[in-house]
Amino acid sequence: MKAQRWHWWSLLAVLTLALAALTAAGCGDDDDDGGGGGGGDESATLKKVGKGEGEVDLVAWAGYVEDGSTDPAVDWVSDFEKQTGCKVNVKIGNTSDEMVTLMRTGNYDGVSASGDATLRLIAGGDVDPVNTDLVPNYKDVFPALKDQPHNTVDGQPYGIPHGRGANLLMYNKDVVKPAPDSWGIVFGGADSQKYKGKVTAYDNPIYIADAALYLKATEPGLNIDNVYELDEDQFNAAVDLLKQQRDVIGEYWSDYTKEQAAFTSGDSVVGTTWQVIANLIAADKKSPPIEAILPKEGATGWSDTWMISSKAKHPNCMYKWMNHIISPKANAAVAEWFGEAPANEKSCAETANEDHCDIFHANDEAYFDKVAYWTTPTKDCGDERGSECKDYSEWVKAWTEIKG
Amino acid sequence: MSAVARALWRRPRLQLSLLLAGPVGWLVVAYLGSLAVLFIASLWQLDEFSGKIVQEPGFQNFQELIETPVYRSIVFRTVLIAALVTITDALLAFPIAFYMAKVASPRARALLVVAVLMPLWSSYLVKVYTWRIMLSNDGMVNWLLDPFGISGPGFGNVATWLVFSYLWLPFMILPIYAGLERIPNSLIDASSDLGAPNWLTFRRVILPLALPALVAGSIFTFSLTLGDYITPTLVSSTQFIGNVVYANVGIANNLPLAAAFATVPVLIMLVYLLIARRLGAFESL
Repeated sequence: MKAQRWHWWSLLAVLTLALAALTAAGCGDDDDDGGGGGGGDESATLKKVGKGEGEVDLVAWAGYVEDGSTDPAVDWVSDFEKQTGCKVNVKIGNTSDEMVTLMRTGNYDGVSASGDATLRLIAGGDVDPVNTDLVPNYKDVFPALKDQPHNTVDGQPYGIPHGRGANLLMYNKDVVKPAPDSWGIVFGGADSQKYKGKVTAYDNPIYIADAALYLKATEPGLNIDNVYELDEDQFNAAVDLLKQQRDVIGEYWSDYTKEQAAFTSGDSVVGTTWQVIANLIAADKKSPPIEAILPKEGATGWSDTWMISSKAKHPNCMYKWMNHIISPKANAAVAEWFGEAPANEKSCAETANEDHCDIFHANDEAYFDKVAYWTTPTKDCGDERGSECKDYSEWVKAWTEIKG
Repeated sequence: MSAVARALWRRPRLQLSLLLAGPVGWLVVAYLGSLAVLFIASLWQLDEFSGKIVQEPGFQNFQELIETPVYRSIVFRTVLIAALVTITDALLAFPIAFYMAKVASPRARALLVVAVLMPLWSSYLVKVYTWRIMLSNDGMVNWLLDPFGISGPGFGNVATWLVFSYLWLPFMILPIYAGLERIPNSLIDASSDLGAPNWLTFRRVILPLALPALVAGSIFTFSLTLGDYITPTLVSSTQFIGNVVYANVGIANNLPLAAAFATVPVLIMLVYLLIARRLGAFESL
């Protein structure tokens, strides 16, 4: 009996090993097929937009692709579908990192990537260069958004600018007095001890840049220039500041509904936010009064780019979509719904609130000079310091450490 | 057909192999196979910038886990809260299970079983979000405690412990109930006939006989807490092992490190199960 049982166990073990070997080999094959690495080649770029393929699969921020299902009045997808015959399928990405992961699956045609995702996608070969001649509306995009380090590599554009905005400081006017004008109130200093347990921050490694931005203004000795290019000392100072902040944090927020709920219930009273969240809270009658400001130190921000996957199954529809989403009408509608500055100059004439472009400083380069757009931190500092800087994987590790 | 039947009849071992091929194959593919893949993936590493996985085996991920203090403290916190939840649930579940098994009338017993199972009918997320609302600043907990001049725990480790204890309580009650029900009443009667006071009966008769059931229940509460990552994100900003795994899959796309960290709870559970087997828990599952 005993011998027989041994027989079964050894069989099981052999099967396990064989299977493990098989799956390991299988995974290897899969990865070999994927991605050319170092960006797509010219031949992959479309020469002419042909007939649509009937559908297009997008990864986008919440509020970027609206077909009227959230609010019947908010719809810039239905017309596109009717005109081009491309049915739009959208997958909402909650963070830049999630978007990168989704794009790596190769199941999507395009993505509305922020600057902290774009370079990773380009370096990973997940997106193709864009032939801007095939996007007629590209000529009306604000010049300040074209040929930026986060959307162009070696002079080759990899995407179509969509819109931009700043990460603002939001506070509950009933609780936070006097009104703050500096990020100092969220970083655990004497100012913020009063609001201990009610401070919130964006739950993402890229938030380290916000601490660097504050240090740039308050600790000139650190010589921080670009908040995404931090060397050892600068990086450690920012991480230390965030560890000090950890003490006063009630909870971090990662998706916009969580922050909205926390401000409405009073669990958070001060912290970083997006304009769209501030708008949603302001529209909610049950919420306490809030205010969202651009502090004196400036802010981090985003400049989003529509990119086309290197494995796009519907490239024609994707090109049609990229042209549509920055057409004056659609771009104006998105910008108003999401609460950001549009990319297309002509959009400003199409917004329902005619002051929208002024409110969001669409044409105000002096304002956006104070905004440091998200970009992927790399080892190469991009200046005379050379390869001294902390890359994104270090940022991720540090973020885990900060949260503890 | 009959030839096949005859051939099988002559080879009982072959017959058995064919019969078990399905279930054993499933076990190997779905459980052991995925564990093997997990372990293999944990030996790979990540290319720094492109984020592509480099398939060169090495133990650097495990080295990093051991050497970085924050990972150690996350493992410690996860195990600690899992243990606290298990103890809390054991203390809460025992009286309830005892009442159900030994005191309640058959009718009340049926009602109680339904009542214990009832929370399992609603979605996990609904329950956690409900706790989130109750624990929030203007929530029910603070409203109840306000007249006494104190405030609730807010969001944090305490909230995590509270919510986990609530969530997994039925998983502790049911095995203990089943275990207590199997203890013959005559043993309890005999104990008191011999002059043992109630607490001595409990300590010397009931507890030893119910211990395997208690350990069986603790396997559920401990392992469920150990593997969870949704509750900690919803009612606190603390990180469990699962949160770091999730962050490394979703945010950093560092699958090898995630895989390495994911093997930690597997090892902890392995040790736990070995101890549980010693205590006879597997006869009570």
